[in-house]
Amino acid sequence: MSDFNVLTRNVGKVNVIDVKGYLDAHTAPELENEFNKLIRGSKYNVVVNFNDLTYISSAGLGVFMAYVETMRENNGDIKFSNMKDDVFNIFDLLGFPVLYEFFKEEGEAIKKFNDLK
Amino acid sequence: MSTKISNKELKVSSKTENLAAIREFVRDASAQAGLNSKNTDKIVLAVDEACSNIIKHAYAYSANGKLEIKVKSEKEKISITIVDHGSQFDPSLIPEPNLKQIQEERRGGGLGMFLMKKLMDEVKYTNLTKNKNQVVLVKYLT
Repeated sequence: MSDFNVLTRNVGKVNVIDVKGYLDAHTAPELENEFNKLIRGSKYNVVVNFNDLTYISSAGLGVFMAYVETMRENNGDIKFSNMKDDVFNIFDLLGFPVLYEFFKEEGEAIKKFNDLK
Repeated sequence: MSTKISNKELKVSSKTENLAAIREFVRDASAQAGLNSKNTDKIVLAVDEACSNIIKHAYAYSANGKLEIKVKSEKEKISITIVDHGSQFDPSLIPEPNLKQIQEERRGGGLGMFLMKKLMDEVKYTNLTKNKNQVVLVKYLT
């Protein structure tokens, strides 16, 4: 059973990854594949939209940590949006807000990338 | 909050695809014991982290191992005992992770143990025999 879906959309020069369902040690490799595809395509501006994500464990959090440096080295970033409170609390417990930008709405995160250009 | 005294047990093979069933089992047992949803969420995530660690480290992703999960609820606390028959490991000896360092080294691991300690009141690893390990997670309800 894989109750997780990941899909990437292009919004201008920004790539929005929609994550849906349960992100755990079983499903994290699907998200890794998505990041690997983006890197192969030299796409480094990433917004992850958490609107439909129900659950995350540290295996999911680890994916962002494993890829964010590559994005930043190439003048990009991984930004987060539309996170529910209980999912945000897990990121907060581990200290992510110091190292990542969180936005209420996807559009605000996209604008932040576009304002830099 | 009235907490019912009970014992529940689940045995599954050491596959990551079983994490969903493990979470459902712990969620049901915790809810039946009378815990609120906030505490239930914490316990579910802590058990997921403990089992993910066992599958990764004790069984090195081999699906031939077994995980035995027991939930014991008492008046003042809920205890979850997880037993495996894989290689011995004790992640509680690992120091608190430095997020920035993990990120710079481009690795994603090392966060599970830290989360478990944040979510639960007690996390205790014991090597019972040569190939039998136990981790006990405790949450006090007062």
